[in-house]
Amino acid sequence: MSPIIRERLQAFPVALKKQGELNAVITDTSSQALEQLDASPDGPLSGLLLAIKDNLNLVDTPTTAASRTLEGYVSPYTATAVQRLLDAGAAIAAKTNLDEFAMGSSTEYSCFGPTRNPHDHERVPGGSSGGSAVVVATALVEAALGSDTGGSVRQPAAFCGIYGLKPTYGRVSRYGLIAFASSFDQIGVFARSTELTAKVFEVIAGHDPLDSTSADEPVVHFDYSEERARGLTIGIAPEYDHEGVEREIRERYHDLIHFLKGQGLTIKEISLPHTAHGIAAYYVLTTAEASSNLARYDGVRYGRRVHAPANLEALYTDSRSSGFGAEVQRRIMLGTYLLSAGYMDRYYIRAQRVRRLIQQDFITAFEEIDILVTPTTPTIPFPIGGKVNDPMTMYLSDVFTVPMSLAGIPALNIPAGTGANGLPIGLQLSANYFGEETIFQLSRFLEQNYST
Amino acid sequence: MIPGVDPRLLEKWEPVIGLEVHAQLATESKMFCRCRRIYGAPPNTHTCPVCLAYPGALPVLNAQAVEFAIRMGQAVGCQIRSLTTFARKNYFYPDLPKGYQISQYDEPICEHGQLSFYLEDGSMSTVGITRIHMEEDAGKTIHGVKNESYVDFNRCGTPLIEIVSEPDIRSPHEARRYLERLKQTLEYTAVSQADMEKGNLRCDANISIRPRGSQTLGTRTEMKNLNSFRGVERGLTYEINRQIQVLESGGTVTLCTLNWDEATGETQIMRTKEEAHDYRYFPEPDLVPLLIDPQRVAAIKASLPELPAALERRFTEQYGLRSQDVEILARTRQLAAYYEAVVQAGVAPTDAAQWILGEVLRVLNEEHQEIQDFPLKPAALAELIQATTQGTINRNTGKNVFDKMLKEGLSVTEIVERDQLAQVSDTAALEDTVRQVLAGSPKELGRYRGGEAKLFGYFMGQVMAATKGQGDPQVVRSLLQQILDES
Repeated sequence: MSPIIRERLQAFPVALKKQGELNAVITDTSSQALEQLDASPDGPLSGLLLAIKDNLNLVDTPTTAASRTLEGYVSPYTATAVQRLLDAGAAIAAKTNLDEFAMGSSTEYSCFGPTRNPHDHERVPGGSSGGSAVVVATALVEAALGSDTGGSVRQPAAFCGIYGLKPTYGRVSRYGLIAFASSFDQIGVFARSTELTAKVFEVIAGHDPLDSTSADEPVVHFDYSEERARGLTIGIAPEYDHEGVEREIRERYHDLIHFLKGQGLTIKEISLPHTAHGIAAYYVLTTAEASSNLARYDGVRYGRRVHAPANLEALYTDSRSSGFGAEVQRRIMLGTYLLSAGYMDRYYIRAQRVRRLIQQDFITAFEEIDILVTPTTPTIPFPIGGKVNDPMTMYLSDVFTVPMSLAGIPALNIPAGTGANGLPIGLQLSANYFGEETIFQLSRFLEQNYST
Repeated sequence: MIPGVDPRLLEKWEPVIGLEVHAQLATESKMFCRCRRIYGAPPNTHTCPVCLAYPGALPVLNAQAVEFAIRMGQAVGCQIRSLTTFARKNYFYPDLPKGYQISQYDEPICEHGQLSFYLEDGSMSTVGITRIHMEEDAGKTIHGVKNESYVDFNRCGTPLIEIVSEPDIRSPHEARRYLERLKQTLEYTAVSQADMEKGNLRCDANISIRPRGSQTLGTRTEMKNLNSFRGVERGLTYEINRQIQVLESGGTVTLCTLNWDEATGETQIMRTKEEAHDYRYFPEPDLVPLLIDPQRVAAIKASLPELPAALERRFTEQYGLRSQDVEILARTRQLAAYYEAVVQAGVAPTDAAQWILGEVLRVLNEEHQEIQDFPLKPAALAELIQATTQGTINRNTGKNVFDKMLKEGLSVTEIVERDQLAQVSDTAALEDTVRQVLAGSPKELGRYRGGEAKLFGYFMGQVMAATKGQGDPQVVRSLLQQILDES
């Protein structure tokens, strides 16, 4: 075992304290990692310090999902993806802050307080995996796991200026990931290079008998080939390039497309006509699933339970009302309503239909192109407190990441320099199902050749 | 005719009944996790993150449960869907850890079957089966004396099938026979242990009343907790009377859910229509749609054991037994197999039936035992029956030997030798005994001669007693007759 990793783990609490103002970490697990260091196997991630979002179970540590409702809960088991990190030799130093139950786009809806953007402490780091994005961006760790339901890895990666991958739905086992919306949730990777993003991805990807929705598709090993990268056909879509997008982001996007064209890659304009309906369908389906997924937090078996409730009804309502934050309650209520008798057809069934149309849009597009390039977000990082009281505006910050989540296709945020005020700009590379390796080819090509 | 319901009212009103039966599947493990499926273990000793609904845990479908559901579907002639899906049924209760039950909704695994059985009067009834779907059982809530409650999650996640009948049933007796046939079919196919006392098999009913001749259904009530055969008959009779009374007095039946209380023989309202749950069913996103290979279905069908109706037919034809005897022998697969083993050991079919229906079932009832736990194996019983038919011992002695075999675990030969029970058919020896008995009873002899012919039986008894039951009754009878006729 490398002595450097031991020193780094020993120094971790101090390093963490130095950036304490960012509030990126909920639980420091470095001492536990230190204890297990001698037993840690040699593997592709040996010697690397990693962090995981605190909605992933790691045995004998608290898993909070940034919610009061899980106070006192200590995981009795380890998530499959996390176990694979450990088996690959990684040391897990921290469990990171998030929006409560991964519901949010700014890491402000956490019972442990907001996480701050390292590039500007008055701005949000994005969310919901804001804590993981920050610990990677500040080089506190080499890589981190997040979870992405509608953009929760890609958007904070964009806001913090790092790589952030949402794999194909089913690529990475969800076993041990606290569910928000089961048919969308996917564990993703943050890192500061394409290579490491791919390496961590390859470790956690692959079939898991404990998750019935995990795919049995072989994981292609990433081996960079400039020749292959130059042969890719790049798609651009007008639905992601309009006046609703901040000028600086559009300029950077156009600049990158021109660069690719100049490098001799084929650029094709394609159309994704149902994009506009994505956000509505996404919020119908995810809140419906969430309303059911969060029913288990009832105060009966673990977590928060009010003292001496008058009856069963009070046990439920008082425990849940005092345990869940406002945004989570809003989504549970919305989802419950949408699934109610008489409304199911009007909302849920229609949203499912929209989901299929959006899937079809992508399937058609990827018959002509290899990679779709779009902005990751329509705006640069917004100020803390700027959108917390306006859920609709907050929801719209995911407008470019949600369609891929509805379709279940992989997408990667790549850092594309900074704007005039020094804030990062991110662009998104999306591919067909199980096309992660193709994404890495273009990402690595840009990493080597494109400078802003 | 319905016992307990005024026949004049039944000329006017017709009860319509459909049953929803839950059967626990006899799988090794639970429906969605690796915990053992077990009954009667200490509370919460068979649980895991999945069946306790810990954050992040996910269900994985038990393939054996699917196999069993298909097997039962095939046994009752259902169509098996080539694609079946799961749905979440959402409601809050402490024994339901996820806050939803994984069930099936609009695409159940089996549909459109039927079940035939005989009624008391010998007529055959066929009840349609709407659907059979798979789901998971909840845990058990136990209420303490100090207003506190406990939950045992051992049962939680036990695989169930729910078998929903068409509203084809017209009387409580028919409902009982349907349920009995269902239980029998579940046991024959080994899909479920189907023990109502252990809660393997649980029954709810939908009941309505309509004017005789009407084709439309009346407003129904749903009755829960009909968890014994007697309870089904009693509960339905109670509810039929109640609904007829309501209608007779000009009222209307209101849609509600009732709970049958076996102890008081009455129902309480559990939920009115307004209080009905909205279960907010939606597709279970944690499980992928299940594709069922038609070849697998065919293979399961081919591997089905002989089913109750076929076995009954065969027993009647092959062994020449009476239908009411066949019905009892066929009640469980194990009893039928026991009977056949005795016959195969060389016993005449009617003798075997007589002994099993008489002696064996008597002991099983007394000891609350199942035939599979009965200590006397078919070969041992066959040996005993043969000893009586071959005249080694008489039938009465045989019954005593039967009891001793059970108590002492010895063979027929061992007991007969030890207790010197071999039948005395030596005419000379018996003649002495007869003469001694007659000599010892001068008074009775006088009365017999005076015309009291019934005293023949008295002498028979005396002689048999004197031989300690070993005298061959046939020989004793003819000897006695002969000697009495002499003088």
